[in-house]
Amino acid sequence: MHVPEDAVVSSADVALALASAASQNGVQIYDRTSVLHVMVKKGQVTGVETDKGQIECQYFVNCAGQWAYELGLSNEEPVSIPLHACEHFYLLTRPLETPLQSNTPTVVDADGRIYIRNWQGGILSGGFEKNPKPIFTEGKNQLEIQNLQEDWDHFEPLLSSLLRRMPELETLEIVKLVNCPETFTPDMRCIMGESPAVQGYYVLVGMNSAGLSFAGGAGRYLAEWMVHGYPSESIWELDLKRFGALQSSRTFLRHRVMEVMPLLYDLKVPRWDFQTGRQLRTSPLYDRLDAQGARWMEKHGFERPKYFVPPDKDLLALEQSKTFYKPDWFDIVESEVKCCKEAVCVIDMSSFTKFEITSTGDQALEILQYLFSNDLDVPVGHIVHTGMLNEGGGYENDCSIARLSKRSFFMISPTDQQVHCWAWLKKHMPEDSNLLLEDVTWKYTALNLIGPRAVDVLSELSYAPMTPDHFPSLFCKEMSVGYANGIRVMSMTHTGEPGFMLYIPIEYALHVYNEVMSVGQKYGIRNAGYYALRSLRIEKFFAFWGQDLNTLTTPLECGRESRVKLDKGMDFIGRDALLQQKQNGVYKRLTMFILDDHDTDLDLWPWWGEPIYRNGQYAGKTTSSAYSYTLERHVCLGFVHNFSEDTGEEQVVTADFINRGEYEIDIAGHRFQAKAKLYPVTSLFTHKRRKDDVELSDLHGK
Amino acid sequence: MPAPTQLFFPLIRNCELSRIYGTACYCHHKHLCCSSPYVPQSRLRYTPHPAYATFCRPKESWWQYNTQGRRYASTPQRFYLTPPQVNSILKANEYSFKVPEFDGKNVSSVLGFDSNQLPANAPIEDRRSAATCLQTRGMLLGVFDGHAGCACSQAVSERLFYYIAVSLLPHETLLEIENAVESGRALLPILQWHKHPNDYFSKEASKLYFNSLRTYWQELIDLNTGESTDIDVKEALINAFKRLDNDISLEAQVGDPNSFLNYLVLRVAFSGATACVAHVDGVDLHVANTGDSRAMLGVQEEDGSWSAVTLSNDHNAQNERELERLKLEHPKNEAKSVVKQDRLLGLLMPFRAFGDVKFKWSIDLQKRVIESGPDQLNDNEYTKFIPPNYYTPPYLTAEPEVTYHRLRPQDKFLVLATDGLWETMHRQDVVRIVGEYLTGMHHQQPIAVGGYKVTLGQMHGLLTERRAKMSSVFEDQNAATHLIRHAVGNNEFGAVDHERLSKMLSLPEELARMYRDDITIIVVQFNSHVVGAYQNQE
Repeated sequence: MHVPEDAVVSSADVALALASAASQNGVQIYDRTSVLHVMVKKGQVTGVETDKGQIECQYFVNCAGQWAYELGLSNEEPVSIPLHACEHFYLLTRPLETPLQSNTPTVVDADGRIYIRNWQGGILSGGFEKNPKPIFTEGKNQLEIQNLQEDWDHFEPLLSSLLRRMPELETLEIVKLVNCPETFTPDMRCIMGESPAVQGYYVLVGMNSAGLSFAGGAGRYLAEWMVHGYPSESIWELDLKRFGALQSSRTFLRHRVMEVMPLLYDLKVPRWDFQTGRQLRTSPLYDRLDAQGARWMEKHGFERPKYFVPPDKDLLALEQSKTFYKPDWFDIVESEVKCCKEAVCVIDMSSFTKFEITSTGDQALEILQYLFSNDLDVPVGHIVHTGMLNEGGGYENDCSIARLSKRSFFMISPTDQQVHCWAWLKKHMPEDSNLLLEDVTWKYTALNLIGPRAVDVLSELSYAPMTPDHFPSLFCKEMSVGYANGIRVMSMTHTGEPGFMLYIPIEYALHVYNEVMSVGQKYGIRNAGYYALRSLRIEKFFAFWGQDLNTLTTPLECGRESRVKLDKGMDFIGRDALLQQKQNGVYKRLTMFILDDHDTDLDLWPWWGEPIYRNGQYAGKTTSSAYSYTLERHVCLGFVHNFSEDTGEEQVVTADFINRGEYEIDIAGHRFQAKAKLYPVTSLFTHKRRKDDVELSDLHGK
Repeated sequence: MPAPTQLFFPLIRNCELSRIYGTACYCHHKHLCCSSPYVPQSRLRYTPHPAYATFCRPKESWWQYNTQGRRYASTPQRFYLTPPQVNSILKANEYSFKVPEFDGKNVSSVLGFDSNQLPANAPIEDRRSAATCLQTRGMLLGVFDGHAGCACSQAVSERLFYYIAVSLLPHETLLEIENAVESGRALLPILQWHKHPNDYFSKEASKLYFNSLRTYWQELIDLNTGESTDIDVKEALINAFKRLDNDISLEAQVGDPNSFLNYLVLRVAFSGATACVAHVDGVDLHVANTGDSRAMLGVQEEDGSWSAVTLSNDHNAQNERELERLKLEHPKNEAKSVVKQDRLLGLLMPFRAFGDVKFKWSIDLQKRVIESGPDQLNDNEYTKFIPPNYYTPPYLTAEPEVTYHRLRPQDKFLVLATDGLWETMHRQDVVRIVGEYLTGMHHQQPIAVGGYKVTLGQMHGLLTERRAKMSSVFEDQNAATHLIRHAVGNNEFGAVDHERLSKMLSLPEELARMYRDDITIIVVQFNSHVVGAYQNQE
């Protein structure tokens, strides 16, 4: 890809230019001054203690690069910024016989893991090697800084690939090999935003050596964030709050960055799982599930089963699921989905973030009513799906809340919400000793019993009737399962399929699991994983926060008017914005697409981010997709916009606008026809097996 | 381990045998021809008295096999183990231990160790042990070379470190442990073992061994005069060695009501084992050696090259001082018979060893124990056989020679190995190979361009050359395995020859012993930073 406007700038010059421009506008710059720590009062930044005295301030931005981690920890209330440095080498040479021109394009050879560009008529070439050398694990070590020497043997593979790509460079004379450490984050994305613990403490670091190219945009978003309280784009993927203290172990970081750095030039295949820093948080059932063939993925440090490899499956073949086409787990997930539809499956979903909010009086209800868009003043035992919205009406979190008693609520949010949601609640909750917020994520193991026979399994284990008459949908009861008492049973499955979520105090987890599996045997029970859940969820048009929903999408834009109670009798955050949107209409609409002429076996699969075309015009991008084993089609979710053909301006999107369009989804340059739906396919809910379809194999245990 | 050799056994044709013999073992020929007319047999520790073979290997002895071997048709047929097969054989017994670092700081002068064994006998007669002393500081490592069976080396590998650890314990700790035993309280742990899963401990004898050990520490408690509190490591090592050998001898004389145990203690006493044990505590390194295993220190000179410092003396006929000692310990008229054909009483290669009561007990005692012993013992030709010229026992002792060395930062590692290694490799080569392996890339001076005119092409050529040199090192994750690979597979140029390695490893069990001995190696790596820090403190 040749970018004619490509340019090379020197980071030192850019920094100087910015500094002098800032000085002209009255900014004072202190050089040769080091920050000792940031002063904080009542969770708010008040100033900076430097080696030359104090400076008062309202905001502090930690842009300390590879030293940001240490600086963050120097606070009394530490700010954990997961970063680790690796040595990074690049080569400088004398000019070519005909010196390179300043407009020589920068060359990146991802296969060779190198970049090459002009440097004073010669070349500058470095790369991201397969075997990085992490450095400064123990912090700023003077010895290591002095020892940052050229390591030619380490550079040899990169030099080889440079000379393989451009053999003529052989005669160039070396100036030197520079060793210049760069920082890396646990997921290769940079880190920005406000600290969850200290207000006014902002962070902008971890650019994986692309700092200069990111600086413009990142600076702008951060400035908006500081001025308005939020940036103009949804940048959850970069938010500091996607990490917690759990990603801050030096050992974890050291191991993880060794995996991250080579990834910079690797092909990123869908559903990538990191191999390092694993098995940190696990469910008590981890060993049991692992022994039964579970394959694992990790979210926020928590191990979650993807799918279960049947004992007779060739394991070697399965290790190569790195493809953009039909992956090798296809059949495995199919049988899990089928079992969810026809019998019953268990999915360990313990990773979900779980909070309990209790109060002595009505404080809990009052604050929740203010923070959530749905009406939470429901009878005890009811579960409410609701968004936690920001002022703009966008989703800060999408969760399910069960009312355990008049004064206590149980809140279930996505796994990676643990830090963000906590910070949001803390920020908005009044200082009131009668109001208690507790993170109980670690206290419960969550088992999802999905399928029509879940009812039978549970009623057999509890000697209680579980039919819809006794246990209606979206209901929560404490009951006994097996010998274990006090299990929180909820009639929902996060998929739209019938079944129950069991929230089990962890010491009972193994017992309940064993009971469920042994009683479930005669109902054809089996383990299932998140891939099956995902397929079930997406075919039912269940959007997921962090994938489909973000801080800039409102409930009205994804057909969730029913989860917003504008007239619940009190104000809530985002209400004004939603009222206005209701009046003006929405500018984008979450839509479900069913691919028509897509060959699952032969065509590239949609994964996410595929362009959506409406009547041949670009109208948005998909946000997630899955193969629906019921529809036998691929299903994509994505937002449809209405861009004016003349000006490109965004216009109102109506249901009619969606329905009148002809749609195509572009997968790697090939457009596939797609049917747009605003509501889930109803036939999915009435799935019934015809009598004459029954086979002998249905009598086998699964 | 036996599986692959049995698998390939029928494939070896006679001509192939002679080829292997001719190429792989040329070095042994040279070395053996001058020492004994019985070329292959002299590789065994005992001379070929028929009785010995029946004790070691009741089924058949090697020469019986050899004549059978000739009956095979002589169609030449090549076979090779693939590199992965070779690796799985070499790595089957490898073990690595890294001293845990706490908080990024390692206060031990030992970084860790690698160990490995390659059997030639079936079952292997070598043993190894490694443990950390929990009540005193320091780490113990040892290799034990058994002969006439593995019973004695097994027992020594299980027991010796406990004797050493107890000898090192201060009086109060001994009292505390004794009181705990007396009152049925939980005992203080003494040793933290670092064992390969194949390194087993005898469950049956555990009680018996414990009782002997307890008697030992009870005596230590009684003997304590309360005067000196300093424990001399050298003395402790010598006492432990002698005491254990004494206990082995006593247990065999007393016997045990349990017939299995009774047979076991007799087998332990009638077989033998050498021992080479290192005790590392900070910069203090003690090596206690009994027999012909060896401890070799790897020293890195300032220019990066490696040199070997021997920390033990072999107790065999090549050692003038040992010959002298034996002559002095026995009457003049025995001077010619004490060592014959470089062997003790013409039979035993090592001049010091555990067990081997045949060389320690009086003839009377031997006869008495055998007669009252179990039938298996009575029927055994070997045990009944009395060494010739046996006038003034004991001829053999387990008393070790203790060497002290104060570690310096340039002392990078210690190799403990049984004679199986030292017979095939020169000590200088051993140290060089391990040194280059442990330091990996860094043994080559880092390249710096500074000031010279170097082109990318020239640099690339240089780097590729350096990498090619290193690639063989990365095959092994264990220094001991790497050393065994060289010991067994080295060609005349000192490089590992896969073909040769493959042939050596596919020798059938019955033949392997003719071409090599059991090899057991422990490579202990020292932490130069810690050693340097000790030095600076003073």
